Amino acid sequence: MIELKEVTFVHQNGVRALDDVSLRIESGETVAVVGENGAGKTTLVKHVTGLLKPTSGTVMVDGQDTRNTSTAKLSRKVGVAFQNPDHQLFSESVEEEMAFALRNFGFSPEVVENRVSWGLELFGLEEYRKSSPLVLSGGEKKRLTLACILAWDPEVVILDEPTVGQDSIQKEKLAGTIRMLRSAGKTVVVVSHDIEFLWPVQPRVVVMKAGRVVGDGPASTLMLDEGLLASARVAQPQLVAFYRSLPRRPERPFVDPLEARRWLEAGRAVP
Amino acid sequence: MLAGPSGCGKSTLLRAVNGLIPHMYSGEYEGDVKVDGASVKESTMRELAQKVGFLFQNPENQIFMFTVERDVAFGLENLGVARGEMRQRVDEAMDLLGIGELALRAPHELSDGQKQRVALAGVLAMRPKLVILDEPTSLLDPRTAAELVALVAKLRRELGTTFLVVEHRLDLLVKVADRVVVMSDGAKVLEGTPAEVLFGDEAEAYGVAVPAITEVQKMLARDGVLPQGELMTPVELAQKMRGTA
Repeated sequence: MIELKEVTFVHQNGVRALDDVSLRIESGETVAVVGENGAGKTTLVKHVTGLLKPTSGTVMVDGQDTRNTSTAKLSRKVGVAFQNPDHQLFSESVEEEMAFALRNFGFSPEVVENRVSWGLELFGLEEYRKSSPLVLSGGEKKRLTLACILAWDPEVVILDEPTVGQDSIQKEKLAGTIRMLRSAGKTVVVVSHDIEFLWPVQPRVVVMKAGRVVGDGPASTLMLDEGLLASARVAQPQLVAFYRSLPRRPERPFVDPLEARRWLEAGRAVP
Repeated sequence: MLAGPSGCGKSTLLRAVNGLIPHMYSGEYEGDVKVDGASVKESTMRELAQKVGFLFQNPENQIFMFTVERDVAFGLENLGVARGEMRQRVDEAMDLLGIGELALRAPHELSDGQKQRVALAGVLAMRPKLVILDEPTSLLDPRTAAELVALVAKLRRELGTTFLVVEHRLDLLVKVADRVVVMSDGAKVLEGTPAEVLFGDEAEAYGVAVPAITEVQKMLARDGVLPQGELMTPVELAQKMRGTA
């Protein structure tokens, strides 16, 4: 579905933001991209959306080279909610914001109306339907950008730091949305520092450092690699740190607190 | 530490403490806020600026000079502090935050964590009694965030400064905060030590993220496997489990 081959991107000021990155993401995968600030995560996302073209190497999305595809055409396939929602909200009202892209993609007025209502309800934004997006809080704006994208049903959904400014109830809903997209067969890419949020989702994890991919694998094995996490300045999930410190432990780390409890109370943690 | 869902009134409360409310915002205002014994509404902004320091969420909003040391000195210059004393206070603040070596660098060349430190040094150079941090870690990666929290704990110990921190991520602060206040719909709904708030049943309903390891500890306590006791880190809890053999 998405394939980066030996991609290097050098900014005008000479900074090498991506350095020989090769990465293949299959249709239907859920992938988390982690790494410290400035590691190249957002630059990577911008290559998948076609906003940036590689200095060398190729980026293919659904079999097409992004160099030869318009960003408008790509956006039908790849929906992205950027880190800063102010960069992508511009309409006079929340419902207009949601309807804008749908109309551009040629959906009929009834479909537009249905999907706007669906999205506003899913993300708890109905009360703001007629309000300006500018009156929303940071967290609400982020939810609105996500609602806008899901409404046009792209094959790939990219979320850049979706949990910033969200309280735990909203984070829970967001995790639910990711699970829903996953079971609908969508490809989901989440860029996030919020390792505690990512861990229960159990994605494939791509670790970036200084423009390179330095780790790639399932969360359950990759998060045990303390050397890799430390060198890329990625935190270890609490449940993994706990698991590592137990004298006896099951084969795989606990995905959620309930699993930990079951194991501990069966008395198996005690040698 | 101040927590609660977005829109619950946290930022408004911060503005009522640093004096932007009622001095800069208009609206209905009742009651009184006292900082260091003096009423905020009866104090001037100049007086308040010397007592209350404010660190914004995004350090880009408060650093703008050509060099780090000029930036740290900015608040003092505005107050007209004498040169000699200014030099001393700027050096002291930069030392405290470990940014002495960056003194002559341009702030925009620094990493996010370093920018945050420069902004905080500018705040501390004013020698405030109270420092307000508004979601200081939201733009930082987890390790940089943990370093900032450790720094805040150190400053509190060494300078005796009071910190008022708005933060969604309790896991970062549970070990250093003395008290947690949770707000909802403009009112205070919970207050206590981090352990009291996190072991209680209401925190989650107000959108406070209970760390995964605290969740485990809570269940074990409820089931009578372990006494509730103090909040533990993952490693501490694992050690405790060893001890229950």
